[in-house]
Amino acid sequence: MPFAAIYVPDFPVASIVRLESELREHAVAVIEGTPPAVRVIAANDKASEAGIEPGMTKLEAEERLAACNGRLAVRSPQREAAAHAALLDCACGFSPRVEDTSADTAVLDLAGLEHMFGPAASMARELAARCARTGMEANVAVAANPDAAVHAARGFAGVTVIPRGHEAERLASLPVDVLAALPDPQQCQEMLDTLERWGVRTLRALAALPEVAVTERLGQPGLLWQRLARGATMRALHVTEPPLIFEETFELEYPVELLEPLAFVLHRMLEQLCARLSARALATNELRIRLNLEASDDCGIAELRNYRIHERALRLPVPMLDAKIFLKLLQLDLQAHPPKAPVVKVWLAAEPAEPRRTQNGLLLPASPEPERLELTLARIAGVVGRGEPIPGADREPRVGSAEILDTYRPDAFRMNKFSPPAAREHEPSLPSASNAADHACPPATALRRFRPPLVARVTVCEGRLARLAAECANGEIGWAAGPWRVSGEWWTDHSWSREEWDVSVGGALYRIYRDANGWWVEGTYD
Amino acid sequence: MSARVSTVLSSLAAVEMVDRGIAVMPASRLQRPSPPTVGTGIAALDELTGGFPRGALTEICGPPSSGRTSVLLAILTKMTRRQEVCALVDTSDSFDPASASAAGVDLRRLLWVRCSAKQVLHTTTNADAQRRRASSSSPLRRCDSALGFAVDSRRSSLDRVEQALKATDLLLQGGGFGLVVVDFADILPVAARRVPLASWFRFRRAVENTPTVLLVLEQEPFAKTCASLVLNLSAAAHRQSPATAQADVSDNTHSAHASLLRGLEIHAELLRDRQQQKKPVRPAATRWDSQVAWAG
Repeated sequence: MPFAAIYVPDFPVASIVRLESELREHAVAVIEGTPPAVRVIAANDKASEAGIEPGMTKLEAEERLAACNGRLAVRSPQREAAAHAALLDCACGFSPRVEDTSADTAVLDLAGLEHMFGPAASMARELAARCARTGMEANVAVAANPDAAVHAARGFAGVTVIPRGHEAERLASLPVDVLAALPDPQQCQEMLDTLERWGVRTLRALAALPEVAVTERLGQPGLLWQRLARGATMRALHVTEPPLIFEETFELEYPVELLEPLAFVLHRMLEQLCARLSARALATNELRIRLNLEASDDCGIAELRNYRIHERALRLPVPMLDAKIFLKLLQLDLQAHPPKAPVVKVWLAAEPAEPRRTQNGLLLPASPEPERLELTLARIAGVVGRGEPIPGADREPRVGSAEILDTYRPDAFRMNKFSPPAAREHEPSLPSASNAADHACPPATALRRFRPPLVARVTVCEGRLARLAAECANGEIGWAAGPWRVSGEWWTDHSWSREEWDVSVGGALYRIYRDANGWWVEGTYD
Repeated sequence: MSARVSTVLSSLAAVEMVDRGIAVMPASRLQRPSPPTVGTGIAALDELTGGFPRGALTEICGPPSSGRTSVLLAILTKMTRRQEVCALVDTSDSFDPASASAAGVDLRRLLWVRCSAKQVLHTTTNADAQRRRASSSSPLRRCDSALGFAVDSRRSSLDRVEQALKATDLLLQGGGFGLVVVDFADILPVAARRVPLASWFRFRRAVENTPTVLLVLEQEPFAKTCASLVLNLSAAAHRQSPATAQADVSDNTHSAHASLLRGLEIHAELLRDRQQQKKPVRPAATRWDSQVAWAG
């Protein structure tokens, strides 16, 4: 029963570099602490080569990094949480039994997976590749017991496979530091100091010590360490079910005013979210973005509350998983609803959903792809703008499908988000071989409305409508039918009533009406 | 040998074996298959045109009350019933969902793009209505007396036309629509004439080899050679009850309360049909009646 361990070295640095891939080729060190006690806690290989070590002061680190064009970053708990979640997503996409060992380590049970992914070496390489897609370079080790796999991943770079029975031999060259995982850090440091005084620096040396003497001098923890050094422990995994939370956070070095540079940040965050969702075989139907804004010095306290956060939510008609389309939709939305101040921090979350599965029929008509349709609708909305404000909601959309309201009020409809129903083969409305049914009914006469209705002046002569003057028509009324009296909602504050007429002026047919405010032209029959 | 070569070469429609050798025919003489068409649901119109062609531009032009929108509703009904997704670029925001629903259009499958003018006022309250009446007491805006129809200021029309062209571009690029309608019916010809021919050409190229019907409603034909089918509509009269000997617009002898509009009598003339390979014996004009929803 093999186990695989994924270990991300220099985890605080990896969590920073994950969303800023251009830093991979530079020396990066992470600092933490309150001034003046700010210290380096992690550094990548290039920073180590430049002489940066954990525990170094900030000033020392800055001086050395300046010489090699490196970067000093402040530790970000949010980014580390997102990186840890990405690590677990990667592991859970591979095996259903995953142990959340620590922030930088996860252990998987590979039992039964060889039928899907092949031998252990193939599985380890696939795991490493999936981690790389989430933006983190990880060490992957496969061994017969979880602890041996963890120590091998922490000690050896790249992919390591330890055959069963060869744990002690393969782990022998590793330093005893890899065993430093006791719950009590002080006890752990004491153990390491003791082993250092004894001259025991490798696992081979620790494994060769007599057990009784180790127990007498170091107690049960020492005995445990010796067994770990021999790779002879076996324990059950503490399987965890990571929550389905897909969030990414990015703090900007300086406030960003324009949307274009923000798009670069959003693109990376969306790529990471999509990679994590893909690892769990999921898609998303809702994106939420929260921008922390720079507060203006001349704002009052109340205004600060309104301006610090800018939140938007994009609800998609179907579950999707395309970072480019998400980016475009976010850009269009932010262009339509721009933040009121420069942005200092970005938080992005995706609501997980089952991926869309469709089976297209051969005889069904083609329809727009949901992803492209959503993009097209967002672009058109940017062209035609938004309509009238609606109480308690955003402005009325000017792109969508109309829904007629259940009222007799003329021109009562609501604009809904356009989401055409899927075509089905057994719909009764499918065309039959004969078109006789279609031609049996005469075509309907349509009304073209003026929005808003046009102001009109009607001249009445001897009880008949004689003349119409409006923007659309100005002349004698040749024929008239009416009045047709309609009214409604008299029990509310929005009661209405009017008299409608169909009139002919200059060869065109109009519907006009008179209400409490006068005469209006409602539309043309066409 | 020559018979085998002749057989092979004759299957390539561009060449023909002749006594002296091989003759290459120009592409215009090739027999191209007729493009698929879509019926409008109006028997007389389908007999006149053979249906609106897919992958091509069709223009329906005419003055107000000539029946253009009735044809639009008929084809929308037909196509939405076939479960095809349709789009309407409503330049003047004049589409009436109630009329469409009464005609049988499935509004869930119709994408309605409502272009807006920057100066349009919206009446939402009685106070707004009263204010608009007060502001309009000044001389009315310019009327196009020749066409008897004027809607917006010129700048407003240009804004709407620009929005409509952009929206149409986006819809055609997105693809997947069975019918895309560009409604310029209320746009003054002076504004619609400013649409560059390159735009019409671009639209035509965008729908070529696709199953999309591109339909334009307007007062005059503007797409010129880009349109494969051009129809000119006119309304001879409106149908009313009680019926008179001549349903003439000048007949005002009946009391208004005794009259009821029953529909339009629509005349259609085929101005251009590029899809006809040869000129069969087919009428160049036809007529039909449309019926209002309350006529029963």
